[in-house]
Amino acid sequence: MSILVYTENWDGKFKKLSFELVSYAAAIAKEMGLDLTALSIGNVADDELNKLGNYGASKILKVENDKFNSLDNKALSKAVVAAAENVGAKIVVFAHNNLGKALAPRVSVKLNAGLVSGVTELPSSTSPFVVKKKVFTGKAFANVKVDAENVVLTFAQNSYEIVETGGSAAVEAFDPQVGDADFSTVVNETNKITGKVLLNDAEIVVSGGRGMKSGDNWGGLEELADLLNAGMACSRPVSDEGWRSHDEHVGQTGKIIAPNLYFAFGISGAIQHLGGVSSSKVIVAINKDPEAPIFEAADYGIVGDVFKVIPQLIEGVKEM
Amino acid sequence: MKILVLISNVPDTTTKIRFTGDNTAFDAAGVQWIINPWDELALTRAMELKEAGGVEKITVANVGEKITEATLRKALAVGADDAIRIDAPAKDAFFVASQLSKIAGDYDLILAGIEASDYNGNAVGGMLAELLDYNSVSAVSGINMDGDKFVINREIDGGSQVLSVTGPLVAIVQKGIAKEPRIPAMRGIMMARKKPLNVVEAVDAHEKTSFVNFELPPPKAACKMVDEENAKELITLLHEEAKVL
Ligand SMILES: Cc1cc2nc3c(=O)[nH]c(=O)nc-3n(C[C@H](O)[C@H](O)[C@H](O)COP(=O)(O)OP(=O)(O)OC[C@H]3O[C@@H](n4cnc5c(N)ncnc54)[C@H](O)[C@@H]3O)c2cc1C
Ligand SMILES: Nc1ncnc2c1ncn2[C@@H]1O[C@H](COP(=O)(O)O)[C@@H](O)[C@H]1O
Repeated sequence: MSILVYTENWDGKFKKLSFELVSYAAAIAKEMGLDLTALSIGNVADDELNKLGNYGASKILKVENDKFNSLDNKALSKAVVAAAENVGAKIVVFAHNNLGKALAPRVSVKLNAGLVSGVTELPSSTSPFVVKKKVFTGKAFANVKVDAENVVLTFAQNSYEIVETGGSAAVEAFDPQVGDADFSTVVNETNKITGKVLLNDAEIVVSGGRGMKSGDNWGGLEELADLLNAGMACSRPVSDEGWRSHDEHVGQTGKIIAPNLYFAFGISGAIQHLGGVSSSKVIVAINKDPEAPIFEAADYGIVGDVFKVIPQLIEGVKEM
Repeated sequence: MKILVLISNVPDTTTKIRFTGDNTAFDAAGVQWIINPWDELALTRAMELKEAGGVEKITVANVGEKITEATLRKALAVGADDAIRIDAPAKDAFFVASQLSKIAGDYDLILAGIEASDYNGNAVGGMLAELLDYNSVSAVSGINMDGDKFVINREIDGGSQVLSVTGPLVAIVQKGIAKEPRIPAMRGIMMARKKPLNVVEAVDAHEKTSFVNFELPPPKAACKMVDEENAKELITLLHEEAKVL
């Protein structure tokens, strides 16, 4: 018996997220006395796959079949189910990202499993299986009990420490036997965001709101983000106005992020905005209005003009 | 072509979240109920597709008790042609998807939201697709029809894609699917009263998860303030005290 963790790759490489995910799954496996198998679909070199051993995977099933590149949800979930059955998985763990959210519900039905999405901690009990997840868009947590044979989890990034075990994993080629009839997605076009720190991966995020006044004033924030290797984000009105692109919009109706450090420049802190960022470890607010609700959510704050503060912060970072 | 839009009935997004009964249940006292924001956008897009031609009918469906009818009426007022309420408490995502699978078979396109804003399940759309053995596309930010195909924009981790997929299909939608949700007009509200809202009995299904209890995040310590004239100090604090730089 085993735990299966689905590890996505980006052009043949894993990300920090993958290692965090494997570390998390490995901790559950250890607690329950199960083996951890990682499933990798795509063309990933063996030395890259082997890295997963260092985070606690003892076996890796690798599926190399270009047909899966279309990310067809039906076909991919069949492949995950085949792998889970192959290793007798009681628990399947995905990342709580676009692909994980797409596959986990399908896989849970097939495996007769209870699904808990967006889990933030190790299970508080494994028999019965009870685990904590975010609810009400980060405004609360729920402890969820699974009453089913098996468990499927999606794990919220940035909520578990990466643990290097020094272990290694055996790589095994695996054919999930998914037939052509299961593929119906045809990709016409793929646009990758390049040259930017992706918001969902960023450990530091620099974000601006309507207090930035127009789309022409973002040079300072971009410079700060560059220096900090941070992702850029914005409030909804900013993307609605076209000052910044839509993929930077965070909040209840945008992206939900949980970086280590979130800077809010000229953002009032509306409840729908906080819904997307309140799980950040440290929140810093810069706002000229001392009454702005963002200060209630923030750990550090400056009451002041963003345009006076930004250059000083840039200078401070350069001196660091 | 027939479209089914799944509607989750959720507390207004500004609701102060409280729990009762020793934190075992959400405190619904005084709560304003709304259509889940993603479902509202899904319905808006379904209306746009119907106006562009080729859509016979838009049905909205909810698994819930009588109290959710006000929300379904609102969806009818926005423009859905008819509504189905499956009469059962929404016990968990698998229970809800199992109920929906009994009425969803007649539709070419099923629209679900990426998550309900209450329990953030991220589950019902994908589960329903699996139960129906349909394909699904998630994180959908645009949908158009091209003959018997759907042309779909979706977000992937690290970018976006344009796809063609044949139906029947469950599309799980998010930001971008429609610009602004449609607000019911007076005429819509009047017409909604006459539109059919069919109540269907629930089938046997077992839930697989349940809530043990809820927790509110620990109260934040007071925000530490730094002087505007001395903003560099903030960087020092983030580096030395918070250790996040
Ligand atoms: C259903 C629903 C969903 C929503 N989803 C989202 C969402 O996902 N994300 C989101 O962000 N919003 C969302 N909103 C909108 C949200 O309610 C707020 O309107 C929005 O977050 C406000 O953006 P803001 O803080 O940039 O602008 P404002 O509220 O206008 O705040 C601007 C702030 O900048 C400050 N300021 C102005 N000039 C300066 C200066 N020179 N220096 C320093 N400070 C300055 C002001 O004091 C003010 O506090 C949603 C709303 C609804 C109803
Ligand atoms: N009780 C319900 N009745 C009908 N549709 C629902 C119900 N609950 C969730 N859905 C649909 O499933 C989507 C995702 O919800 P969830 O999986 O609960 O996060 C929602 O946006 C709705 O489209």
